[in-house]
Amino acid sequence: MNKVLELFEWLGSGVQMTLKTFRYVPSLPRHWKQLVEQCLFMGYATVPLVGILSFFIGAVLALQIGYSIVDFGVKNYIGTIVGLSMVRELSPVMTAVMVTGRVGSAVTAELASMKVYQEVDALRTMNIPPERFLVLPRVAAIILVMPILLIVSVIAGWVGGQIVCEVVPWIGLSSQSYYNSLKSFMVMGDITDGLIKAELFGVGILLIASHLGLRTSGGPREIGAAVTRAVVVCIIFILIFDYFITNILI
Amino acid sequence: MESTVKVEPVAVKVEKLEKAYGSQQVLRGVSLEIAPGEIFVLMGPSGSGKSVLMRHLIGLEFSDAGTVLIGDEPAHSPETHSRFRTALVFQAGALFNSMTVYENLALYPREHRLYSESEIRAKVTAVMEALSIEAAGLKIPAELSGGMKKRVAVARAIIMEPQLILYDEPTSELDPILAATTSELIATISRETGATSLVVTHDRELALSIGDRVALLMNGQLVFTGTPQELKESRDPQVREFMNPTIDPDNPRFRKQENNS
Repeated sequence: MNKVLELFEWLGSGVQMTLKTFRYVPSLPRHWKQLVEQCLFMGYATVPLVGILSFFIGAVLALQIGYSIVDFGVKNYIGTIVGLSMVRELSPVMTAVMVTGRVGSAVTAELASMKVYQEVDALRTMNIPPERFLVLPRVAAIILVMPILLIVSVIAGWVGGQIVCEVVPWIGLSSQSYYNSLKSFMVMGDITDGLIKAELFGVGILLIASHLGLRTSGGPREIGAAVTRAVVVCIIFILIFDYFITNILI
Repeated sequence: MESTVKVEPVAVKVEKLEKAYGSQQVLRGVSLEIAPGEIFVLMGPSGSGKSVLMRHLIGLEFSDAGTVLIGDEPAHSPETHSRFRTALVFQAGALFNSMTVYENLALYPREHRLYSESEIRAKVTAVMEALSIEAAGLKIPAELSGGMKKRVAVARAIIMEPQLILYDEPTSELDPILAATTSELIATISRETGATSLVVTHDRELALSIGDRVALLMNGQLVFTGTPQELKESRDPQVREFMNPTIDPDNPRFRKQENNS
């Protein structure tokens, strides 16, 4: 029973933090410096990782699809399948997972450390809400960075698939055929769906990571525990939320 | 200190305050009043509930029972924070490690848009000079010594021009010379700004030297409230037990040690 109450209390305080954060949106221009810093940090920390991993996800996907369909004489559709899978599903989800690992964990660690070392209390005593000063610039930054990460991921994945199709002899699909098939079935809606997913994942990750960071109490040991908890909760959130949002967007 | 600004001090009233964490009762019906402009020193052994009581005054904790009033507003209400400026000097400084000392000091006026950037620069520079920390302006807190961090924390409080300043163990971890300087600094700030001050400490010398009134908190209960002189003369066994005779300035044994050193 206590665990259920704790869960509701956790959810309640999370909703409260979220509402407070969005209430301070008009004050965002005041924190432009932090916003730029956060954008650079998030981009710098994540772009190379997203690019490399997405490239190989696209490559493996092309390999697997090629292996399954090449005997049926429909290898021209590899581009379509890789293209749509990356843009609608794999890129938003994998980008979100990487953002969790690189950005979410760092945000939780930073805020948890600020909480443990009373910097958050110091902000409150100065009548500076942590939601405005700490959470809002980070959430705004992820909103700006997430589309860029998604585009990097999608392009890297497509390129990965294209290279595999071209260099693997038993697939032997030219780049032109690959991209023609990719373009022929893709509509603008696929891209916007991917962007919507990525944005929602990004905001969710940052809110969860910030909430868990700001709720940390106890000693330095709790910082590590908070980071682990944040990564686990964010990944669970991504996978469960992905099902529901996909259902809505389809 | 030329950098300080006279403020309108605020009164503090605590009535029958109760606080427990799980099964551990930390505060048991604590009541006290601090007059505007007074330096009130709250003493007690470690774990007696001093810091918890102070966190209630600044609105960082919610009580289980009882009231805490700053002026005439409950301590944790948003109106209190908008009506009265209250500053807390944390024991470990609680400086923002991602910012320089200058940025730490400029944060409050910047966030509350109190002055233009040039006025903030002038104000921060004046306070830094007054506290002899101007050389640390571009350093980050991690590069500072313990004593320097305390000074920066005090400077950050002064910049706020607070009507109520709370000091959490201001002399802990400081050598005797720095501790004496810090005590002097607290008294000077109180005198020059007129702000109400609450000093939480177990440093008896600090309490006796700067306090207008002193209270002793033991096991979550106030066992003594009075002037430093009354504290020294108290015959209460708990008070006498806490006030170790070896550091009582009137004690012949203390004088002997002092002469020997």
